[in-house]
Amino acid sequence: MMKSRLFLVRNILRINLTLVFLLLVSCGKTTPNNGTSPSEAQTIENKGSDTMVNLALAWAEAYQPDHPEVRISVTGGGSGTGIAALINGTVDIANASRQIKQEERDLAEANGITPVEFVVAQDAIAVVVNPSNPIDRLSIQQISDIYSGKITNWREVGGENRPIVRLSRETNSGTHVYFLEEVLRQGNKDDNTLFSTNTLLMPSSEGISAEIRQNPNAIGYDGLGYVTEGMKVIAISQSAESPYVMPSAETVNNGTYPIARDLYMYTSGEPSGNILAYIEWICGSQAQAIVTDLGFVPIQP
Amino acid sequence: MRSVGWREFVITRLIRAAGYSSILFVGMIFIFLLREGAPAVVEIPFDTLFSERWYPIEDYFGILPLIGGSILVTIGAAVVAVPIGLATAIFIAEVAPRWLREILKPFVELLGGLPSVLLGFLGILVMAPLIRTTLNIPTGLTAFTGSLLLGGIAIPTIVSVAEDALDAVPRTYRDAALAMGATEWQTIWRVTLPAARSGVLTAIMLGIGRALGETMTVMMVTGNAPVLPLSPMALFEPARTMTATIAAEMGEVANGSVHYHSLFLIGIVLFLISLVINLAAASVVFRQRKRAERVLS
Repeated sequence: MMKSRLFLVRNILRINLTLVFLLLVSCGKTTPNNGTSPSEAQTIENKGSDTMVNLALAWAEAYQPDHPEVRISVTGGGSGTGIAALINGTVDIANASRQIKQEERDLAEANGITPVEFVVAQDAIAVVVNPSNPIDRLSIQQISDIYSGKITNWREVGGENRPIVRLSRETNSGTHVYFLEEVLRQGNKDDNTLFSTNTLLMPSSEGISAEIRQNPNAIGYDGLGYVTEGMKVIAISQSAESPYVMPSAETVNNGTYPIARDLYMYTSGEPSGNILAYIEWICGSQAQAIVTDLGFVPIQP
Repeated sequence: MRSVGWREFVITRLIRAAGYSSILFVGMIFIFLLREGAPAVVEIPFDTLFSERWYPIEDYFGILPLIGGSILVTIGAAVVAVPIGLATAIFIAEVAPRWLREILKPFVELLGGLPSVLLGFLGILVMAPLIRTTLNIPTGLTAFTGSLLLGGIAIPTIVSVAEDALDAVPRTYRDAALAMGATEWQTIWRVTLPAARSGVLTAIMLGIGRALGETMTVMMVTGNAPVLPLSPMALFEPARTMTATIAAEMGEVANGSVHYHSLFLIGIVLFLISLVINLAAASVVFRQRKRAERVLS
């Protein structure tokens, strides 16, 4: 009873805000509506990818001061977590560092939710080692062999005689899934290569960087935005013949760096009102400048 | 008079209800676990369930590496915590002068209140590098690191409960032993400790239970690699425990999926393992009591 009434109130509120927005649009103005009192503020729940959480927070912080009509709450948890929340109808926008899977889309549609996809930024996956490791370049095939367990000693790729310690994010990470599909299996859908069982699955990016910084045996991967001091980024080549490329905004945009991916936001149904305004802002130049500041790669206009 | 009787009636019933409620709660938790976890037994083929690979996003649901990881880390923790914990308890209860005891006991209990995530940070930043370089192993994120930290977590529990049990042994026992010419050590080892046996065993079981159920620390320091431990040397390799698996993966699963059910199945296994530990402890405690009664009569 209580719940349904609340729901009704929220819906009315949303419709009102949509109307306000439509009026603004019809006037051809996109200036923020400062007339709305804070009590009417709509909360936009934004959840998902840990890779994107800092970016999403920075966006929300930059957007908030000029738009008192919305309150944006950002949480991480992993791409899978965000999409699961979208399916369960508890968030307005899900952040994901991988595309939604068909089975997730089916689950969402079973709940009456149609996920709509927006590409909001790009991210290069950097392969990192300890700075004392003499290795500075690897081919995708070599990285695949390292992570699948075919190569177990740095000597086999031209390094020192040291065992290789493989670090990966947990399986709920979009980065993990991307790395499995595009690096271990090299984009081949019929390939069943898996991570070697003794791959260390770290619950956070911080776990990976802490181990990389102190362990000369370790190899890890993470979004370029998470590479900090004390980690050495490896140059990567698509095949043995092609050139080795370091990850950067430039090499991602010109397509020479082989392991870069799109970062997504999913809304439930075609967005409208404040959510649409927010997503349009994210695709604009101000928000894309923030993308560059945080070490991600902006989308091409 | 009548009103007192009425009040008495209500109070007695309330206390009885409180007493029974723990049974009720355990029962309800078990029913909940069964309801959510049992479908996994039907959905996952037996040979998959008992295979050596846990990789749920590709439908590999082998739970053996997780059970092995938990047992390995817990045994390691027990080996660390039981001797140190008991020795500390004996020192505090039997040896230390009163003023030292007043200081030590609160400090040990304070140690027990440390949030485990803090110990995890300590492990990942200080212990893991130290263990890697001193033992010269590929990585410091191993079952051994987890065991050491879990041992540290279990020690305060063991010390606190065991010390209470030792303290409860009547003074006359010690006086009698000393009067018979026993040394202080003989009194502790042959008289006080056996007399406090059931409390000491409870302390050990609570400590082991704490280690088995601990999540955050192990997730941070054991490396979480689901490898089936086949030799004792696996202690110096990464391991993945059941608790860390549930914690790491629960947030992501879609409600009602096979993966979701399999995580609850792991919960059931965890529940059964602690049940077995408790039953084993209880049976030992009861057997000891019978023998003691025989001796006394």
